[in-house]
Amino acid sequence: MYKEVLRSMENVEIFPIISLVIFVLFFIGMAIWALRVPKDYIEHMSSLPMDDDKELTDKQP
Amino acid sequence: MNDTMLERFQYDNKIVKYFGAATIIWGVIGMLVGVLAATQLFLPEANLGNPYTTFGRIRPLHTNAVIFAFVGNAIFAGVYYSMPRLLKAPMWKKSLSWFHFYGWQIIILAAVLTLPLGLTSSKEYAELEWPIDIAIAVVWVAFGVNMIGTILTRRERHMYVAIWFYLASFITVAVLHIVNSLALPVSFLKSYSAYAGVQDALVQWWYGHNAVAFFLTTPFLGLMYYFLPKAANRPVYSYKLSIIHFWSLIFLYMWAGPHHLLYTSLPEWAQVLGTVFSVMLLAPSWGGMVNGLLTLRGAWDKVTNDPVLKFMVVAITAYGMATFEGPMLSFKNVSAIAHYTDWIVAHVHIGGLGWNGFLTFGMLYWMWPRLFKTTIYSTKMANTHFWLGVLGIIFYALPMYVAALTQFLMLREFDEMGKLAYGNFLQTVVELVPMYMLRAFGGLLYVSGAILMGYNMFKTAQQGTFVETEEDSAPALAKNYNPRGEFWHRAWERKPIFFAVLATVAILIGGIVEIIPTILVKSNVPTISSVKPYTALELEGRDIYIKNGCVGCHSQMIRPFRFETERYGEYSKAGEYVYDRPFLWGSKRTGPDLHRVGGKYPDSWHYFHMEDPRSMSPGSLMPPYPWLVTNELDYSDLPAKIRTMQKLGVPYPEGYDEQAVADLQTQAAGIATGLKDAGVEVLPNTEIVALIAYLQRLGTDIKVSSSN
Repeated sequence: MYKEVLRSMENVEIFPIISLVIFVLFFIGMAIWALRVPKDYIEHMSSLPMDDDKELTDKQP
Repeated sequence: MNDTMLERFQYDNKIVKYFGAATIIWGVIGMLVGVLAATQLFLPEANLGNPYTTFGRIRPLHTNAVIFAFVGNAIFAGVYYSMPRLLKAPMWKKSLSWFHFYGWQIIILAAVLTLPLGLTSSKEYAELEWPIDIAIAVVWVAFGVNMIGTILTRRERHMYVAIWFYLASFITVAVLHIVNSLALPVSFLKSYSAYAGVQDALVQWWYGHNAVAFFLTTPFLGLMYYFLPKAANRPVYSYKLSIIHFWSLIFLYMWAGPHHLLYTSLPEWAQVLGTVFSVMLLAPSWGGMVNGLLTLRGAWDKVTNDPVLKFMVVAITAYGMATFEGPMLSFKNVSAIAHYTDWIVAHVHIGGLGWNGFLTFGMLYWMWPRLFKTTIYSTKMANTHFWLGVLGIIFYALPMYVAALTQFLMLREFDEMGKLAYGNFLQTVVELVPMYMLRAFGGLLYVSGAILMGYNMFKTAQQGTFVETEEDSAPALAKNYNPRGEFWHRAWERKPIFFAVLATVAILIGGIVEIIPTILVKSNVPTISSVKPYTALELEGRDIYIKNGCVGCHSQMIRPFRFETERYGEYSKAGEYVYDRPFLWGSKRTGPDLHRVGGKYPDSWHYFHMEDPRSMSPGSLMPPYPWLVTNELDYSDLPAKIRTMQKLGVPYPEGYDEQAVADLQTQAAGIATGLKDAGVEVLPNTEIVALIAYLQRLGTDIKVSSSN
């Protein structure tokens, strides 16, 4: 019983740390990607809401 | 791709019109119920003298109506308008759209019927009983299937950021709703939570917090990313920022739930986790706000003229204020003030009235004339609405902040003798009455604006002609599209299913890390041997407490502060709640905490106090409950309740369901006899007797152990 409690206590501490690490890695990856992404893609994406009334252009990436 | 044939297709405006109309109709109803509830806080007689319209029951009606009916229908109107246009494809199945529309309205009607009747699980924003919960899940999944089907049949290769927000909201709300609503039915309209005490509290606030995140925030960010650029006629300020802020937001939000439970019996590590992640949440939240406001760069001259943009700017500013306040409130020392006081009420209304309300209004004012191919009937009226709304928010929020600080300072004041300066909780509430009046006035202003809008929309519809479908054309997506040198995120975005799985993983990590340990690890809830299951009569009394929404004003959680332990008694321990299904910690104290009320007053005091609170506490703002004295206690489902509790692991002896009724009658007779000695004639089989039994039991179990 005592062992079980101890083991579970360790789990409690490791859980949040693992996922914090996952998040930080993911975030760094995401930031690097966002900085390197080509400009034409960003322009295309941000113009999507404005496209409604026009025929879709064929420069779609 | 140049040789691809253009495909013609149609956008369905009718579903948008229906959801839009439902938004404003339910919005006005929900707000009026709110004003009624607010009025009862300074004028208890405004409960109209019956249980169905008394505060405890209409407060959940108000919250459900504005969250799920007003904001919900607004989300659906916006999604059904923007999604097909962003994806160059009509919604996948019209039948699903309409199933969604009518299903959702029927669910709202079910809530309007059941909540005043006292059929409630009492878990905040998840009050509806299990059959309605199942209906919500079915309708919600229909909505999701329709969205995913649309994404799969799209003609635009990449999903715009608004779509990500819609998708993440759909997935997360589904997960939250199902996990939090897990319960074991007793009968058709009664169930007990699958979790008990601390675990129930943790699951509930993991749900409650993320319902705010994924019902009131992320769908609206999606709407903002579509309708704000449309209204301002310029693309979003930084698309890169929107990508980073999306992933950070959905990842971090899931962790922050425990900040609703600081200083409670929740394990310390979970509380710390809640605080840390709440503070981190400030960054992505403000990322969204900054992105919204900067989209208007160079267009501020338009803001002064266009009511649509005015509403949107105030909405985004309110979002910024509320998401700054949120992390601040999750610091333990700030939470100590705000928790249980009107501060939280102010905070949610900055978000609700400012962010959700104003963005909805802006969106509808933009969309409505376009649906009817006309201009808005009266811009002047829309501007009046804007100012009524702004004044409404100010009159609502400021008095609430003042009320919170006033009450907190009074509650914690000690005199020179070391005694509480205001020993009676009522002294502090009476002080707040003028603030409550101002708040109700603020609400009245706000709802008048919404009514004005309803009229304006009606007249706009009348002067235009409805465009039921809009034609558009686009080339079909080329198959086997596989460009070289494409970065990973960009590739994900054209793989919606993979993207959805990824978003699910992101939200699940936070949820799993937070909840699983508390549920699995017994050591997180220290057991106290003297804590015993409720008796049959107390269990029935507890259900009366739940039915009447007592939890709306009374907490059952004494925090470890001297000014609380002096007032209420020994602070609450996690182990005391192991048989509480659902937990009844509450989130707001308009009346005193009741966790240690057991044995504090004689039975007769409770009897007279329930019949007319002012007879025992002059000036009390509690509504009278005379019907409890005459209502016969219905314990026909008692054996079923006992069996359900046994299935959930409550250690009633085997076969106790057969014996429970006899036990109940014995205990009730005892209480009735005791009351008779005190000069009160009451039948033993009345609701009041059961309620007294429950109240007298509250928090007494640990006294048994200390006296031993």
